[in-house]
Amino acid sequence: MRNGRVDGAGDGYRNCSLGKLARNIGFASPPLVGGGRGRGLLDRRNPPTPALPTGGREGRCRNLLPRNSTLVRSVPLIEITNLSVTFAANGRKVRAVEDVSLNVAAQESFGLVGESGSGKSTILRAICGLAPISAGSIRINGEPVKSPRGRAFSVQVQMVFQDPYASLHPRHTIDRCLSEPLAIHGIPDTDQRVMTALTDVGLPTSFRFRYPHQLSGGQRQRVAIARALMLKPAILLLDEPTSALDASVQAEVLNLLSRLRTERGLTFLMVSHDLAVIDHMCDRVLVMQNGRAVEELTRDALANARMKTAYARTLFTASADRMLQG
Amino acid sequence: MSLLSVKNLRVTFNTEVGVVEAVRGVSFDLGRERLGIVGESGSGKTMTGRAVLRLIRPPGRIDADAMTFDGQDILNASEAQMRALRGPRMAMVMQDPKFSLNPVMRVGAQLMEGLRQRDRVGRAEAEAKAVAALDAVQIRDPDRVMQAYPHELSGGMGQRVMIAMMLIPNPDLLIADEPTSALDVTVQAEVLAILDALVRDRGMGLIFISHDLRLVARFCDRVLVMYKGRVVEELAAKDLLHAKHPYTKGLLNCLPRIGGTRGPLPGLDRNAEWAS
Repeated sequence: MRNGRVDGAGDGYRNCSLGKLARNIGFASPPLVGGGRGRGLLDRRNPPTPALPTGGREGRCRNLLPRNSTLVRSVPLIEITNLSVTFAANGRKVRAVEDVSLNVAAQESFGLVGESGSGKSTILRAICGLAPISAGSIRINGEPVKSPRGRAFSVQVQMVFQDPYASLHPRHTIDRCLSEPLAIHGIPDTDQRVMTALTDVGLPTSFRFRYPHQLSGGQRQRVAIARALMLKPAILLLDEPTSALDASVQAEVLNLLSRLRTERGLTFLMVSHDLAVIDHMCDRVLVMQNGRAVEELTRDALANARMKTAYARTLFTASADRMLQG
Repeated sequence: MSLLSVKNLRVTFNTEVGVVEAVRGVSFDLGRERLGIVGESGSGKTMTGRAVLRLIRPPGRIDADAMTFDGQDILNASEAQMRALRGPRMAMVMQDPKFSLNPVMRVGAQLMEGLRQRDRVGRAEAEAKAVAALDAVQIRDPDRVMQAYPHELSGGMGQRVMIAMMLIPNPDLLIADEPTSALDVTVQAEVLAILDALVRDRGMGLIFISHDLRLVARFCDRVLVMYKGRVVEELAAKDLLHAKHPYTKGLLNCLPRIGGTRGPLPGLDRNAEWAS
């Protein structure tokens, strides 16, 4: 314990319900499909009526990117103000995140970095409604998030989890995993969209009816990315997307993420403990420690070691072997 | 005399689709030093480590010309002899705490099990030793962790618990399989300092399996680079960052660098000839 919080509490798993327990011991972190409990593939039989004609869906998603409107451009796409997340563990209060504020503009790539238990993943989980918000507010595109998050939210925001071995349902085929969000949101052309999604992340379409255990770690993470992109979200939350992968596979996945971001104008909020990965992917980075924001750095400031706080400097020094050499 | 000597080690699996050779003729000698084994996943580094402890179950098979640990033949040793070695003499820190710790047993009970069963240590003493071991791996709240189940710990804490567990019996040889992959840089430095102190002060031999070349270059004395079950290059760790072999170079080049260009990272070039 340190400053009244338990080490490692950033994972926010202390107050386990059974569902959380199941996730932690290695079963599916659920895709953020929205639409509430008890809905699954059954919805395919009785799809909810889309609010707009099906052609309009693409249009709706695109409108989230404030490209054309100068009015919207002034509002950050993700706006987090004085966010605190508190868990109750064994009767003790665990403050995982305390008073953190950050803004991410549309099509920006923002990094969160810090040691384990510093609350960086908890921020992403709080955005998705997987961690309780005890104070502060989260706005997406100017609108406060609703609780529960609902379908409109999952069309805007999707998350890629850290461990590709735990985040895909072991008994669902890749096809089922990718088509479930479509079924829930009543989007037609499942066949075509699943094939396109696989091709987009560089997987052969023959993988469609495989199970996760028949894929390697890198391939699974590609499936997880494809799954997150099924609803064409504007924002991707990336929770250590490459820390479970080998150096060479990490390079492939990072290249894939960069390409998709350019092609689709995505906004990234990315968590990593590897400063080199953050530097490679992000425009700005927030250094966190013990649930608090320590310092916000631009990419230039990071590369040229212009940090003001002692902790950010410690982190930078410890990553010295990740500097560009010669 | 070297602590561990392995000559022409082969690990094969007889599967439905034919014989798979995971390790193909690996030889090395280990003194009381830090030996790094690097390579991408599937290159056979973990299997090499497990084979040394004879932890490969049928249908897997271990063949070698010779395998000796501290003068004792471990290739033909009986299971009972191997059991006596595993733990007090040689130990392995497994890769993934999620699959290597018992999910339905409290961490404290798992740490104390060996002491209670093997060393016949009293309950209070075993508990004190377990807490001390957790303390040694920089766990800040050891009493809480003792009462916790593995799923209640983060990946980094789980890895440290496993390191603590292997250090309790004070082995002569420690095989650490990706012991710091889930740790961030600051905690990683602490854990490496612990391992380093053990090698220096107690003369422990360490085999450090990792895919992080920069880490191995900084931490180890000597490095084996493995590719498809073979050692393609053996070199002093300080020379690793200036390696000659194209495979080792490729592994280095695909890492992002702070202040580097943000263009696509080069992929790894795999040449079948290197494996022959």
